[in-house]
Amino acid sequence: MADTALTARQRSPLADAAHRLAAATRSSGGAIRLAELPFLAQVNVRLDAKSPAADAVGLALGIQLPLEPNTVVHAGEVTAVWLGPDEWLVVGRPGTQRDLESRIRAAAGDEPVSVVDVSAQRTTLLVAGRRARDLLAHGCALDLHPRAFGPGRCAQTTLARTQVVLVARDEARAGFWVLVRSSFAGYLTDWLLDAAVEYR
Amino acid sequence: MLLISCPWCGPRDEAEFHYGGQAHVPYPEEPAALTDEEWARYLFFRDNPKGPFAERWSHAAGCRRWFNAVRDTATNEILAVYKAGEPRPKTLEPRPVTAQPRSVQPAGPAFEDEARSVPIGGAGAEPPARLGSQPHRLVTGGRIDRDEPLAFTLDGTQYQGYRGDTLASALLANGVIAAATSIKFGRPRGIFSAGVEEPNAVVQIEAPFPEPMLPATTVELYDGLVASSLPGQGRLATEPDPARYDAVHAHCDLLVVGAGPAGLAAAAAAARSGARVILADDQPELGGSLLGTGEHLDWVAGTRARLEAAPEVRVLRRTSVFGHYDDNHLLAVERRTSHLGAQAPADVSRERVWRIRARRVVLATGAHERSLAFGDNDRPGVMLASSARTYLHRYAVLPGRHAVVFTTNDSAYAAALDLAAAGVDIAAIVDTRPEPGEWAERARSAGIEVLAGHAVTGTEGEARLTAVAVAPHGESAGQREFAVDLLLVAGGWNPVAHLFSQAGGKLRHDEALGAFVPDDCRQAVEVAGSANGAFDLSAVLAEGAAAGARAVEAEGYTADAPALPAVAAQPHTPPMQVFTVPTSTGAPRFVDLQRDVTVDDLARATGAGLRSVEHTKRYTTAGTGGDQGRTGGVLASGVVGELLGVDISALGLPTFRPPYTPVSFATLAGRDRGALHDPIRTTALHGRHVEHGAVFENVGQWKRPWYYPRDGEDMETAVLRECRAAREGVAFMDASTLGKIDVQGPDAAVLLDRLYTNMMSTLKVGMIRYGVMCRPDGMVFDDGTVIRLAPDRFLVTTTTGNAAAVLDWMEEWLQTEWPELKVHCTSVTEQWATVALVGPRSRAVLGSLAPELAVGNDDFPFMAWRETTVAGVDARVCRISFSGELAYEINVSPWDALALWEALYEAGAPYGITPYGTETMHVLRAEKGYPIVGQDTDGTVTPQDLGMSWAVSKKKPDFIGKRSYARADTVRPDRKHLVGLLPEDPAAFLPEGTHLVADSELPAPPVPMLGHVTSSYRSAALGRTFALALVKGGRDRIGERLYAPVGDRLLPVTVASPVLYDPEGARRDG
Repeated sequence: MADTALTARQRSPLADAAHRLAAATRSSGGAIRLAELPFLAQVNVRLDAKSPAADAVGLALGIQLPLEPNTVVHAGEVTAVWLGPDEWLVVGRPGTQRDLESRIRAAAGDEPVSVVDVSAQRTTLLVAGRRARDLLAHGCALDLHPRAFGPGRCAQTTLARTQVVLVARDEARAGFWVLVRSSFAGYLTDWLLDAAVEYR
Repeated sequence: MLLISCPWCGPRDEAEFHYGGQAHVPYPEEPAALTDEEWARYLFFRDNPKGPFAERWSHAAGCRRWFNAVRDTATNEILAVYKAGEPRPKTLEPRPVTAQPRSVQPAGPAFEDEARSVPIGGAGAEPPARLGSQPHRLVTGGRIDRDEPLAFTLDGTQYQGYRGDTLASALLANGVIAAATSIKFGRPRGIFSAGVEEPNAVVQIEAPFPEPMLPATTVELYDGLVASSLPGQGRLATEPDPARYDAVHAHCDLLVVGAGPAGLAAAAAAARSGARVILADDQPELGGSLLGTGEHLDWVAGTRARLEAAPEVRVLRRTSVFGHYDDNHLLAVERRTSHLGAQAPADVSRERVWRIRARRVVLATGAHERSLAFGDNDRPGVMLASSARTYLHRYAVLPGRHAVVFTTNDSAYAAALDLAAAGVDIAAIVDTRPEPGEWAERARSAGIEVLAGHAVTGTEGEARLTAVAVAPHGESAGQREFAVDLLLVAGGWNPVAHLFSQAGGKLRHDEALGAFVPDDCRQAVEVAGSANGAFDLSAVLAEGAAAGARAVEAEGYTADAPALPAVAAQPHTPPMQVFTVPTSTGAPRFVDLQRDVTVDDLARATGAGLRSVEHTKRYTTAGTGGDQGRTGGVLASGVVGELLGVDISALGLPTFRPPYTPVSFATLAGRDRGALHDPIRTTALHGRHVEHGAVFENVGQWKRPWYYPRDGEDMETAVLRECRAAREGVAFMDASTLGKIDVQGPDAAVLLDRLYTNMMSTLKVGMIRYGVMCRPDGMVFDDGTVIRLAPDRFLVTTTTGNAAAVLDWMEEWLQTEWPELKVHCTSVTEQWATVALVGPRSRAVLGSLAPELAVGNDDFPFMAWRETTVAGVDARVCRISFSGELAYEINVSPWDALALWEALYEAGAPYGITPYGTETMHVLRAEKGYPIVGQDTDGTVTPQDLGMSWAVSKKKPDFIGKRSYARADTVRPDRKHLVGLLPEDPAAFLPEGTHLVADSELPAPPVPMLGHVTSSYRSAALGRTFALALVKGGRDRIGERLYAPVGDRLLPVTVASPVLYDPEGARRDG
């Protein structure tokens, strides 16, 4: 595991955009809040939802892996995001990826599972504020109305011209997580900032 | 945009899915046992039925699951979706067709006292008072704001209008009716209508920003507007449009299109039900036709207030719904700041595209009045009767002083009476009907002469109409002439059924109405009001309210009975269907004013044997102008019907296609232009490459450093320098863009054995193998390395451009053919940053940064990988080479990539470490004859063609592509092989794509082509140019001389082995 001195040298995909995101947040007067949540631990888990491994992994993480499509389960510092009928993204605090990975592997035992650290595969953008849904609606074809996409919902979909994992956070005011492939993060940030101009 | 239901994620836009061809075509159990014909049938033959068809789809942008769908190929309806492995459902019902409710027509004349609905500005016996600077403007009335005068310029002349005017109404207020002359004949034309149907008054906006071809009747006036009238085509701006444009996705239970009486009633019925309602209207103000008739505006205001107060109702003004697509997906354009001119705020998009997905749609789009084909029916001063009424009530403008009204139906009488009351001298109402009924009595009692059974036969006047000739309908004798400056025409009403038709709805001709009205449709759409053929206001309101209520109740909400205004019943006499009026003078009778198409033009078309309105439309261009034949389309069908002697109902109308109104490309592009035109993918080191002065190359969506020019270097010099550094010293490049897939599970090796042509199961943990992946037809699809991380875990790399396709490929086979395999594939492309360290001094550089790593050749052999720390960073180091030199690929977290890059730069400095780009990478690999999939291959090339038989397993019983290598086509001796080419002139450069021929002189065509150049470079190591080429029977031609036509010369080239540098492989181990 990287030591702290090294961590200080680490750079997140949107490190250079932080000041622009902060400026857009300030000038919107609360309408829009944009920020990168860098270095979140992300572990991709694939297993048979009907196998004993599903319950065992849930027990080890302290959460039930969500079985309903496009939902998230959140407990303590860990969030499990449904990605497919046999696929989840387990998200935790920065630096916990190896711990999560080994807990999941240990819990699964001999069951055939796939556990992959994907913490750097995507970065996470926070999109919050009272106009957050309006901002996302400029580029997301999903119905984001609270009736259709309230807290606890998630979706893999397209935002602007890139694929994202969209997570509606527990409280409406907490906004959304937008998980985006790191290579697309710069593009998506430029796009969000351009779309946010109207909400200044 | 279709809505496809993923069995897991539910309905999503079609754009999230990938099509996978016919379903239930299993991979043969034993391909080797099949004949060539049976195998070819599996490879190349698929059903192509009309009707239900079972297909594979992948929810590519969502859960990445493959599933099956039954789609009707004739209607595009998805009839069923089901998971992979499930059987095809047996019985499938197509979507029900919903018939439009028929409008109830008034049974006959109703006799009630008609109270004049509105007081008209300056009305009465007194001559109306008018404003001095705007001689045709009334002092009171209308919806304009007299406190906000606006200055504007047309064709160099300055005028004044008011906020609330259109450019057309302001011009009319100033006494200007003339538009540009007509496109073909140069005839004077004038403002003909008051809305989107305008064929004549098309203008070019000059300031603040040039915009071509806008009807003056739809341009909201703003201060400082500068326009010129436009005969024919407009002029695009030469500089980029500085305005912002954007798009919004919206969802609703009910979309109501049109905020006239029917649309307002529909929205009002739904407003408080809790359903999500969008009401869209193209005008700045709600009210629709009521704004033009001046009736019930208090009800409009009250309804507007209630809609605006309803929490789930969104009212979109200045918003034209222009397209109605599959599954109730509608596109609309909202003009947000155009009406503000130079005052438009820069941070608000000028226009916005609304992409609306509606559960239900009510189309309340109203009707357009149509013209009649009589002699010289195009002079300035000829205007639609309802439009003149609109100018009066909405804009307080009198479009003329003395008028004749020419009608075939009742609706013109109200216009005539209102205009007369406002001070226009109505010389006569000319009605083709022999017995025009109660409305004619009203007109007569108002002192207006009514000529029943008469028609207008001709007009006079140049710059403006001066006289109208009238005769009994169908006769030329008994002619009378009226000196007037305005001729109001009312030839009947065309329901605006464009969107309904775009939605797949069918139209039928209603004899009683003399109009095409909506019939049935497969989509959840209902048409209400005049668009449905209801022309009586009380019926319009009732239809709207009922349609709105039905829509929300179908979605499970409870509708309100909205407050509707009390409408006095109106007398009704059936209209007369008239299209043409005979002319004895041979004067042109225009059908399509915008395209200058006359009755005679249509007669020539039918005379040439054309029998369909689709054909006469294309032959004459009638209906193809910017106005899309709104006033002339039905007229053209009617004229063609008369010419052919068939009823118009048998002819129908040409097909309506989106967009309903012209939409600019800038609007459609929205935010997707400039830097945001297409996503740019960057690696963690991108910023550093920019600082290094790299020139970038687009590889897919990635930006990759192409080369790093130093001061004054051109590309050729820079690349030669970078190549030399890699071959003689040490060089490094960012290889992070390579696709990476983690393959994990007990059956991982089984999967890879089936997908790669070579054997992967024998690869030892800690080692790496190059692999080729083919399609079932045996053609190369991708290549890369396979790293065995553990007995049940591999890391597969793909080419940069193919990463997503390879992962989809793996998932498709796993999910649809081999669900029993216990293995999963996960993309980790961005989880790793990769730096290639290349050259004879690379071992020294790596050794200095990785103290724990034994870098000696015996400890760390070729095609091995090690986990260690490099520059204090956790790293996986692979000893692989794409250049033939001693080389390493160092994989670290992208969060640490910059630290690694800087450390390598520093540690390599004593050896002159040089960053290199993709061009140098290409040269180095080409010198070694390593092909690039997609550059040296094109989907018709087998591994054997590339000289890579060594990578095709002979031991495996089967793998994807194996059976195809026994096909006659793949064992032909004259297949194209990858070979090297050496131009005889070592400085001659062969452009990629250059053909190769056998002889030094070109024979007469067709010239036999032997192949083509796929890659071409200048080599520092070879001191000359060289190329790779695909050449027929190329390996048997090594040493032969061929010719390459370049420009007008045939350059002699020698065929060589593709491996031109270090064929012994002596440099690989340093």
